[in-house]
Amino acid sequence: MSVLVFVEAINNQYKKAAFEAVCYGAKVAEMTQGDCVVVTNGSADVAGELGKYGANKVLSFQSDNMHDTAFVTQAIAKAYEQCGAKQLVLCDNSRGKSIAGRLAIKLGAGVVTGAESLPSTDGGMTVQRGVFSGKALATYAYSSDNNIISISRNATPIVESGSAVTAESLDISGISAATQLVEVKRVEGTIPLPEAELVVSAGRGMKGPENWGIIDDLADVIGATTACSRPVSDTGWRPHHEHVGQTGIAIKPNLYIAIGISGAIQHLAGVNSSKTIVVINKDPEAPFFKAADYGVVGDLFDVVPRLTESIKKFKSA
Amino acid sequence: MNLLVCISKTPETTSKIGFTDNNTTFATDGVQYIMNPYDEWYALVKALEVKEALGGTVTVINVGPAANDVIIRKALAIGADEAVRVDAEPKSAVFVAQQIAAYAKDKAYDMILTGKETIDYSGGLVGGMVAELMGTPFMSFVSNLDVADGKVTATCDIEGGVEVISASLPVVVSASKGLAEQRIPNMRGIMMAKRKPLNVVEAQSADDHVSIKGYTLPAEKSGVKLVDAENMDELVRLLHEEAKAL
Repeated sequence: MSVLVFVEAINNQYKKAAFEAVCYGAKVAEMTQGDCVVVTNGSADVAGELGKYGANKVLSFQSDNMHDTAFVTQAIAKAYEQCGAKQLVLCDNSRGKSIAGRLAIKLGAGVVTGAESLPSTDGGMTVQRGVFSGKALATYAYSSDNNIISISRNATPIVESGSAVTAESLDISGISAATQLVEVKRVEGTIPLPEAELVVSAGRGMKGPENWGIIDDLADVIGATTACSRPVSDTGWRPHHEHVGQTGIAIKPNLYIAIGISGAIQHLAGVNSSKTIVVINKDPEAPFFKAADYGVVGDLFDVVPRLTESIKKFKSA
Repeated sequence: MNLLVCISKTPETTSKIGFTDNNTTFATDGVQYIMNPYDEWYALVKALEVKEALGGTVTVINVGPAANDVIIRKALAIGADEAVRVDAEPKSAVFVAQQIAAYAKDKAYDMILTGKETIDYSGGLVGGMVAELMGTPFMSFVSNLDVADGKVTATCDIEGGVEVISASLPVVVSASKGLAEQRIPNMRGIMMAKRKPLNVVEAQSADDHVSIKGYTLPAEKSGVKLVDAENMDELVRLLHEEAKAL
């Protein structure tokens, strides 16, 4: 019984999430004593490298239709059938989330999105995921013969356990797209917020958009992506795509530095899965301190430049 | 343009989250419910904007018990023309999607809209499932949408950017932040909502495929460690040595 993993190559390259998904699939295959098969749009040479992360077999196809959920669903379903899989692993990113529902119907499969860890296979398959904005974990049990798991970031560590394989090509003739791609726009240069390991975020305590220089300086020195709270994006101080929180982007970086953000429950809902949280605020009663690992009570206009200097000193030491 | 908007009910964001029955059931005592913000602020309002521009009707559909009529009336007060409630507990995404698709099948909707996810379980599955069941294109995480001459152009949020895609109607759309501006119901809307039709239909049987066995609460944070504002070298040391974050 095989485990099929779908990962998308963007400009013929894989991101960390793809390697995590292959490692996760390899672990599930080990548990269920099957093979780990990967289906992907990477070119044969690039896709074959996924063997290093535990893929026993790689099926590759080339297409300009990766934007089309119906097309991708059919391509994956074809690979699923071809390798006789019973499990499908996806990344819980925008592409994975867009196709998970379609695939569940197409394959008649049970589906859980955003799994936080490896499944358990004792007495039927179960998997855990965060619910209520990370305020609780729920254990989902599958009652179906075919199962889909989409995995959250850091659901499993990346280990190189194998060696490159020869990718076979997947025949996708006859599968067409129902939508047309008009254009793709990607912000160049910075790491997108959902993928960033280090995030520096600022709120109303900044007093105005003209003061963001100290935030950019701090972010630059540690290589972090910048974010903001909802009031800041709503008043147009910062662009909407920087808004983290319940109705913005939910993130789970390694380090989240919150500057001049009081920590409203809606903001916390989007960031409380961060591994380490640092809060800098002049109000010692700010609710954010309760959710923080490290806190600094002080005027951000003094503290932030001082922190930037300390990090510079540390980096050059 | 005939538009169908899928709305669901979620606990209000500041609700205390707890569980009963040996951590197998969400504790509903004292929990305030609201319409899921992605459904209300973006999917529903966008549907109203499309109707206002091109004519037609906006129907809202909810799968849930009679207690959900409160949020359904709110959707009508905001401007939907009519409502349908499928009378059943919304136990799983696939169950909900099957109900919506069964209702929509013979009604020739031009567009079915949902929020990108609910803010309680955040599965984000219903839109894609409905699209697959209906055999239509699915445009997900849509933050901008234009409809003209039977064609839809959608801006879909992806990591660090957007994909702009287009398709012919009918389509299923899931709404992200920015698709529309929240509307607050006015007194006239609230009064009119009382007279708008709310049809209750029976549920179709459908498999759930997955179920929640139990809940656990995450480990409490051990408490904040305060660092003197004058001593940022110490914070850097802690982040490097203790948290291993730098």
